[in-house]
Amino acid sequence: MKSVRIGAGQGFWGDSPFPALDVVQAGRVRYLACDALAELTLAILQKARQKDPARGYVEDRFFSLLLGPCRSRGVKILTNAGGMNPAGAGRMVYDLSRGMGFKGLRIAVITGDDVLPRIGELKEMGIDFSDMETGGNISAIEDRILFANAYLGAGPMVKALEMGADVVIAGRTADPALFLAPMIYELGWRWDHWDRLAAGILLGHLMECSAQSTGGNFGADWWNIPDMERIGYPVAEVYENGEAVLTKPEGTGGRVDLETVKEQMLYEVHDPTAYVTPDVVADFTSPSLQLDGPDRVRITGMKGKPRPQTLKVSIGYTDGWLGEAMLRYSWPQAMQKARKADEILRKQFSALGLRFDEILSEYIGYNSLSGPLAWGEGDDLNEVGLRIAVRTKNKLDAAMMPRLVPPLALNGPPTAGGGGGGGMPRPRELIGLWSALIPREQVEKQVKVEILEVD
Amino acid sequence: MAGVLLRELAHARSGDKGNTVNIGLFPYRDEDYELLKEKVTADRVKKHFAGLVEGEVVRYEVPNLRACNFVLKGALNGGASRSLRSDNLGKCFGANLLRMYVEID
Repeated sequence: MKSVRIGAGQGFWGDSPFPALDVVQAGRVRYLACDALAELTLAILQKARQKDPARGYVEDRFFSLLLGPCRSRGVKILTNAGGMNPAGAGRMVYDLSRGMGFKGLRIAVITGDDVLPRIGELKEMGIDFSDMETGGNISAIEDRILFANAYLGAGPMVKALEMGADVVIAGRTADPALFLAPMIYELGWRWDHWDRLAAGILLGHLMECSAQSTGGNFGADWWNIPDMERIGYPVAEVYENGEAVLTKPEGTGGRVDLETVKEQMLYEVHDPTAYVTPDVVADFTSPSLQLDGPDRVRITGMKGKPRPQTLKVSIGYTDGWLGEAMLRYSWPQAMQKARKADEILRKQFSALGLRFDEILSEYIGYNSLSGPLAWGEGDDLNEVGLRIAVRTKNKLDAAMMPRLVPPLALNGPPTAGGGGGGGMPRPRELIGLWSALIPREQVEKQVKVEILEVD
Repeated sequence: MAGVLLRELAHARSGDKGNTVNIGLFPYRDEDYELLKEKVTADRVKKHFAGLVEGEVVRYEVPNLRACNFVLKGALNGGASRSLRSDNLGKCFGANLLRMYVEID
């Protein structure tokens, strides 16, 4: 029976490239799939493109480290690092490859996920772009939209592989589809093999967050996970019939067992019987998982249902500013001091006429990660940090607020340590996310796959 | 009637999507799955997260994993990139669920 090994290279923009090297060098893979786009990454990339039209893709050292080892071992790379500018990312990889003398390397660039220029036209056709979460009308945010990108499926990436691509660069693509595409291409799966496509999506889901299926961010006995300093990223061994084994490269740290895999299986999942992707609706309640030797989990019996007629569009819009500042206090009465500082600041906001849409006070060391669920009153803590955050439509107010904090080291309660505060972070623009559905043919007709061949 | 913290019975992981958080809850022992289904209801989870979660809580059962998946709407102060909170990605909701006190006969 035909099979293929596919490895994970990246779980987000900023992930470590070294585990990806382990996957390429010790994972015996033919494909490396890299997810660089979290929900809000496109907002950052869009701002970069607005400043310089040549930018807008994920710029990091990833490719310069990975291209050589992948080239020498014949490992093909799939990535969504194209972000808002896949063509720009394609040129970057082309230049890098040319500089390294990789003559004949084929780079595929996939475009067409960007629907922002067509929102007006699509609305006229009766597509309402109402928000999937709230049902809200898009007119509420229409003048503040930063980006609007549809999640593409595996189709364009399979086409790129058929065109002989060694590196496939896409923009917004359903994350698990990055992993599904090489399975379809290598194993000859049909577009209505729903159960097999669903198996591919499940494996992609298990690999798209890098080490989260191999012992990272693990909620059970995390202290027993071996060698986390060299944690291995997941590798899937997928068979023609849709059965698969999830594992990791030999010699790496981490752990692949039923518990680490189960935690990731429900990560960011809503209805587990209907995990909707552009290529198939996967039923995560169908498969069975079995331990198949050390660091190997076998997945069988996956079921899928036909793909949806719509694609999800992720829309980002500007939504005011965040201003924040921090001040830390020592024992004794650390909590009381921090609360007093908060009280002083709020009175000063009023006195200065600073009106914020929302003020959030968190006490680091007490409740900044648990909010109202924190136990006790925070008595007798060694130290407490006040973090105060405000929401405002006015950037200047967001920048002004932190300036009130350093003087408290001299003017307020005693023992404000750490240089009188946590510095004065610059205001950060807040980005709202809006999700809507549009008919898939409206997106598919504008999708293009182009090849750049290094000469 | 005796009781334990949910932490003694189960592990959990949470993640975000928009303004929604989900929590996967996994008993350490298979035989505790029925107990979790009986005790950790959507209603109780909604009450547990009062002050953090504004919308409804839905529970899905995942028998093949012996797990429950909780979907908490309006849970992230507007969503990761809009939130003022330190835990803007909702990574700590799973751990916070494990603070729940569960009564055992």
